[in-house]
Amino acid sequence: MKNPIRTGLLALPLVGSLSAPAIAQEAMSLDDKVNEAFANATGPFVNLIFAPFPGTDFPWIVMWLVVAATVFTLYFAFVQFRFFGHAIALVKGDYSDPNDAGEVSHFQALATALSGTVGLGNIAGVAVAVGIGGPGATFWMILAGLLGMASKFTECTLGVKYRNEYPDGTVSGGPMYYMSKGFGELGLPGGKILAILFSIFCILGALGGGNMFQANQAHAQISGIVGDYPGWITGLVFAGVVFMVIVGGVKSIARVTEKIVPFMGILYVGAALIIILVNYDKIGWAFGQIFQGAFTGLGVAGGMVGALIQGFKRAAFSNEAGVGSAAIAHSAVRTKEPITEGFVSLLEPLIDTVVICTMTALVITISGQLIIDPATGLYVLDGNQISTVDGNSGVALTSAAFGSAIGWFPYVLALAVVLFAFSTMISWSYYGLKAWTYLFGEGKTTELVFKLIFCVFIVIGAAASLGPVIDFSDAAIFAMAVVNIFALYFLMKVVRKELASYSARLASGEIRKFVS
Amino acid sequence: MTTKLIIGLDGLSSGERALDYGCNLARLIGDCELVVVYIIEWSPYSFQTPEENAERHKRREEEISTAKERIVAPAVERISSGGLSATGVVRHGNVADALIAIAKEQKADQIIVARSRERSLSKRIFGGSTANLVMEASLPVTVVG
Repeated sequence: MKNPIRTGLLALPLVGSLSAPAIAQEAMSLDDKVNEAFANATGPFVNLIFAPFPGTDFPWIVMWLVVAATVFTLYFAFVQFRFFGHAIALVKGDYSDPNDAGEVSHFQALATALSGTVGLGNIAGVAVAVGIGGPGATFWMILAGLLGMASKFTECTLGVKYRNEYPDGTVSGGPMYYMSKGFGELGLPGGKILAILFSIFCILGALGGGNMFQANQAHAQISGIVGDYPGWITGLVFAGVVFMVIVGGVKSIARVTEKIVPFMGILYVGAALIIILVNYDKIGWAFGQIFQGAFTGLGVAGGMVGALIQGFKRAAFSNEAGVGSAAIAHSAVRTKEPITEGFVSLLEPLIDTVVICTMTALVITISGQLIIDPATGLYVLDGNQISTVDGNSGVALTSAAFGSAIGWFPYVLALAVVLFAFSTMISWSYYGLKAWTYLFGEGKTTELVFKLIFCVFIVIGAAASLGPVIDFSDAAIFAMAVVNIFALYFLMKVVRKELASYSARLASGEIRKFVS
Repeated sequence: MTTKLIIGLDGLSSGERALDYGCNLARLIGDCELVVVYIIEWSPYSFQTPEENAERHKRREEEISTAKERIVAPAVERISSGGLSATGVVRHGNVADALIAIAKEQKADQIIVARSRERSLSKRIFGGSTANLVMEASLPVTVVG
């Protein structure tokens, strides 16, 4: 839920099925008019970002993210595998100076960034991928997740290296800072322009995908359980709570959420593991389906390429590697070595995509929700979707898969979705704010203006039917990736220098563990 | 050889009792140095919002200076005015672990703390700071009732 992106695809079916037409006919037509006008105005931009390669339905933006991840993986010689153990040691605090106790730890920076990415994408997005691309999509999703680790490593190292540290002890970091400062340092032109472009897209993405879409989905979940009621009520409640946290400084609410969200994540993975273990006799078969499906498609629309597109798309949409948002979240860590945060951040796509998304895919496959033709062993298609037992797709498919093994789990899932929506809003309110203050300057009044706008958009997001707006905000978030990755190609040599220097000092024993 | 005593403060009356006891003990010993310590309970594994992370360094400095001003400095002054030698330390971390770490760094001979009246459920299950300190310390610990 967290992430807007991942959910773009699910938005329409989910919202469509759950938000009944309780709104008056006249209001609907007004909404329709607004939506139409908005769609016409933003359509070209959305179409450009999500345009497929000619003759395929493979969006070029997904290729842009996957190619970048591959380039970074090769350029840094598989840093995600070579330094994996070191990343774990850093998160454990083995290399943390005890005298720095009380500062932001590597674990905290990772947990904060993760709570901004783990969410509906992992729950519902995967169901969309598996529902269209079959279990084989999981293979490509894992591959893209593994490659994405290198993108995160690159952007988060730069995020810490070029952050601003103010005299009062606070920090601001993120792509806008490494674009302007990094390009300046290398004597390259255009850094400032890239930073401004990135900030604009980041604000739009934060208000759209990081806010309106979340509110919309949360309302859809709640009304799906308690029955239909006007969305603005959900919107006002959410806006009120978010207002208390980001304007009122009521940290206790955020703290409670920040504690419940990881708990929900663990509960989710735990439930998935239990279902998988109970069906241990099917594990071999499920992996067989994943590998076989990855290269043959097992009858899905588009065959092997269809599975590949869905897997790549979902991984890219889920872990945000290359989008630049994580660089904002990670830049607060206290470390003398920026690259250490890069190592830690590469665990993020691993946890988000390789572990959590794979769990969802395995549960859906094992649960038998996807219908197989016993005669051919291929999946039965309904349009371009694989037929499911109850005709479910998206979050409903995940819910049905878990529900088939643990009857009450769908309620827990709904609660998780709502909480994830809330913590995503908190995360993105911060990302948006950083972009806002980059453009308009730091200051209490400037910040308050953005925070108030953010709260207003929550109400709008929950109340309206926002198909085109969601398309636009998803497009804005991917536009962040266009600008960000473009800058990363120029700045990656800075990271390579850091990596060489750090590796040498690690090998020589100059950098060593503080624990015995 | 100078004897070094670590006194754990908690900003409450229990800390005062530990301080009184430490001063009396120091007078009996004679050649003695006191180190008063205040630990700000903090875990590197807690969860925070992005905004809290961004402000963390600033908050940490504020927490340290507040603890120094309000708790440690008055205690050091009180000890010094009684003719004893004292220094103060403020640190973030787990109370028991940090007290033990400081005792090791300072090559102290003993840790003195007072039992606080911790009665919460988690304290009953996992043990309070005092109980943890007693269980884990590798040097003598005096617990003042």
